[in-house]
Amino acid sequence: MRCDFADSLLQGYFDGELSSASAVEFERHLQQCTHCPVELVDMDLLSERLQIAQLYESAPASLRKKIRANLRPVAAATAMSQPLRWHWLAAAAVLLLLVIAGWRVNSVLRTDDYQAELAEAIVDAHVLSLQSGHLTGISSNDEQAVNGWFKGRLKFVLPARDFANDGFTLQGGRLDVVDERSVAVLVYTSTGHLINVFVWPTQGRDTSAQVGSRQGYQWVDWRKGRIEFCAVSDAPTSDLQQLQRLFTN
Amino acid sequence: MNDLDAEDRLRFEQLVLPHVDAAFNLARWLLRRREDAEEVAQEALLRACRSFHGFRGGDARAWLLQIVRNTCYSWLENNRPRELMVEFDEELHPRPVATPESIAIADEDRERLTRGLETLPPRFREVLVLRELEGCSYKEIAAITSMPMGTVMSSLSRARRQLCSALTSSSHKEAVREV
Repeated sequence: MRCDFADSLLQGYFDGELSSASAVEFERHLQQCTHCPVELVDMDLLSERLQIAQLYESAPASLRKKIRANLRPVAAATAMSQPLRWHWLAAAAVLLLLVIAGWRVNSVLRTDDYQAELAEAIVDAHVLSLQSGHLTGISSNDEQAVNGWFKGRLKFVLPARDFANDGFTLQGGRLDVVDERSVAVLVYTSTGHLINVFVWPTQGRDTSAQVGSRQGYQWVDWRKGRIEFCAVSDAPTSDLQQLQRLFTN
Repeated sequence: MNDLDAEDRLRFEQLVLPHVDAAFNLARWLLRRREDAEEVAQEALLRACRSFHGFRGGDARAWLLQIVRNTCYSWLENNRPRELMVEFDEELHPRPVATPESIAIADEDRERLTRGLETLPPRFREVLVLRELEGCSYKEIAAITSMPMGTVMSSLSRARRQLCSALTSSSHKEAVREV
């Protein structure tokens, strides 16, 4: 005999889909029900097994290639048959940069020693964001609002934080594309400099800050709690390191 | 993919192509075979491209997955209609041969989970894949599957219980065989 809530509230509670008021109410139910707590444990064990088994299957390279092939030749033909327009040029430039950034990250993310090439791809993405003017999907200095915007768009929990008191004002966030995958970006300003912090999940262990510069832009890269961060800006490296310390503390 | 102008094509690349993995993963679990998944995912992307003009913002992943799902179901109807009727079919898959000891326990469990998932009816399998592997919210699952929210929850509940019982019975059988 199962509890009446097993097919509804119990699932919502387990999946974090209940409002906080409903969740509190359901917790009261959990203290009295003899069935739901047992099912909750079963669901948790199952979910953990599914995660550990890594059942997610990414698209094979051959599929990506076919999809690209379907897009590209048409693109070239269209360009030739029409007078060149500025936005087509811009589009081509953006595509080219994306492809270059994609290649680099694609070829480096799977190796351990990839700092230099990663920096290249990330700095390119940074420059691209400045050129395209597409900086924020959400413009807000409110941590909750930014976190709320990212929630549901990301498969990991993004720690958006405002450090205005320490001189780094949160401007908002956006999703960016590197290697055909979504990465999250937090945007800050500090004494007139714009800082992009690229954030994505990683399997790697925590690392301390790695620093470097390229094309007049400084970058600081670190990993913490299965998340990799790379801050990029024309601000001095010491500023970026300060931001890194704020994030990790 | 002739119908898009340059601007739309760029938007398509930026908004939709990042979700090719999600498209393939859903197709793979609905169709159970990678070769079929690749073919159908490609077709779904073509359809997405053709109808992209009608897409005006919103959740691109959910939008694409909805197309992938519909394409998968229509493919199943044409190619393997029986699968859409079964409730829970152990016959679909013969019992796995005994795993060599050299294979890590994690791999063994992966195999067991894969088979367990594949014996679920497609409509339960998909909600579990969307929730547990793809990390979709209930709202997104409802949008992708055109199910009301209540059905999403009850399907998830049944999917989880069926998978649990499939796993228990398979490990039970293995234990019996070992004895």
